[in-house]
Amino acid sequence: MNLNELTIKQAREGLDNGDFSSVDLTKACLKRITERNKDINAFITVTDKLALAEAKEADKKIKKGEISPLTGIPFSVKDAINAEDIRATGGGKILDNYIPSFESTVISNLRDAGAVLLGKTNCDAFGHGASNENSMYGPVKNPHDLERVAGGSSGGSAASVADHMCLFSIGEDTGGSVRQPASLCGVTGLRPSYGRNSRYGSMPMASSLDTVGPFAKTVEDVALLMEIMAGQDDRDATTVSDEVPIYSEEIKKSVKGMKVGVPKEYFELEGMEDETKEIVMKQIENLKSLGIELVDVSLPYTKYAIPVYYVVVPSEDSSNMGRLDGIRYGVQAEGKDLYDLYAKSRAQGFPEEVKRRIMIGTYALSAGYYDAYYKKAQRVRTLIIQDFEKVFESVDLLVTPTSPYPAFKIGEKKDDVLAMYLADVCTTPASIAGIPGLSIPVGNTKSGLPVGMQIMGPRLGESKVLQLGHNILISR
Amino acid sequence: MKLTKPQVEHIAKLARLELNEAEIAMYAEQLSAVLDYVDMLEEVDTSGVGETCQVTGLEDVVRGDEVVSCDDETRKKLLGEFPKNQAGLLKVKGVFK
Repeated sequence: MNLNELTIKQAREGLDNGDFSSVDLTKACLKRITERNKDINAFITVTDKLALAEAKEADKKIKKGEISPLTGIPFSVKDAINAEDIRATGGGKILDNYIPSFESTVISNLRDAGAVLLGKTNCDAFGHGASNENSMYGPVKNPHDLERVAGGSSGGSAASVADHMCLFSIGEDTGGSVRQPASLCGVTGLRPSYGRNSRYGSMPMASSLDTVGPFAKTVEDVALLMEIMAGQDDRDATTVSDEVPIYSEEIKKSVKGMKVGVPKEYFELEGMEDETKEIVMKQIENLKSLGIELVDVSLPYTKYAIPVYYVVVPSEDSSNMGRLDGIRYGVQAEGKDLYDLYAKSRAQGFPEEVKRRIMIGTYALSAGYYDAYYKKAQRVRTLIIQDFEKVFESVDLLVTPTSPYPAFKIGEKKDDVLAMYLADVCTTPASIAGIPGLSIPVGNTKSGLPVGMQIMGPRLGESKVLQLGHNILISR
Repeated sequence: MKLTKPQVEHIAKLARLELNEAEIAMYAEQLSAVLDYVDMLEEVDTSGVGETCQVTGLEDVVRGDEVVSCDDETRKKLLGEFPKNQAGLLKVKGVFK
């Protein structure tokens, strides 16, 4: 087995036993990136010199016995999350030359715990998309089939883990941007509860939904990462003070007697493919062998999640994108006056989808339409949240497909705006409710494409979500 | 609901986005399709239902209003990000004519 194919846990053991060094491990990842990135396009920026320097430092610490959980473990970060002094384009040309002077809290937590940064991964510009085709640096290719998408928006993160270019990656999930690419690339990805992890230093899209979450090869690794990432942060006023559980211990608990709900609406959603449904249902049936009780449940407002999402998100989005105007940082276009400079900088620096969402949001928030669109969507959002609250009175967790279909062909949905929006049909409800969702790989289609299952839990119920995911993975 | 080209031009102007003729036509179609789709929300009875603006339940998260100084290195980095910089200040085009 190549070193870059190890899990975090395996690498930790190898590093601590002196079987190999962090420099060996980091070189193995960088070699893989050199061989494969030209085909996969997972990285926008590779920080090879920095990574090797950090790995050398890590090796010194390991020799001295100064070992933190991630000392010497190489990882990648979505380009929409800042690492100090490293270019952060967010996938959009308006920030092509942007070098942040500060580090995001989660990245700072991970690097303080010893992780070695390999580089910044490709993504749909500023999180706008479900296929990575909205990156202005070219689409990420799915490692399982280079003609297919890696999913999005954190597609580069998912592909970098699936293709063993790193041991783990950090992405952002607003409507499904961690879970959906995790599913399409066959890796594990968690959208934490809203407020669990700080978003400081992460480029905002829809502030009432944005979260930062990890991708890894196992649930065990995700649990460890969450322990390091989570917690209250003075720099993100939406973070909660609830104690961060020791997830890596919590997941070892037995799931026997757990009640797991199967919401019928998800299996009837628009675009749900039979093969995906069958693979996920087979896994769900297998849960009984772990002593789990399956319960048929209903979440009647599920089908309204996408329309709520495409009012609330563009509205908040159009406000957040206002900061990208070419004045204080980023790429400034030539303009004859101030208005012209704004309009040209934004026209040249944003891809189509970002412009589309800004305009939908601008329209939905404008006088006369605010009540009809934004307020109405916020009311239906309440009903979707109540759906989940009711169902979690009788079950511990919910299981559904993560995506209605496996990875689709590049270009297949690009010109059909609504079809692309519906790619997130299984993941947006949890986003709207602010609850956690984990995607784990549960099988492959006949043509060899991975299929993911989503496990959702109540707010701040990450422990149980990860517990079920871990128990499924180790029962195989 | 079908958005007209002048409506799209107006929205683009509010949003500070320069669009060409072909883009205006394309967005008129696409934005109309999205608005038609989200009109599905009309069929939901929301009488007596409150609006959700945030999901944490946190209230009045405040911090002291204190001036925090910035070291010279950070200041230099920030100034270095300015597309146009004159004598250590951000240079912009005139706001008033």
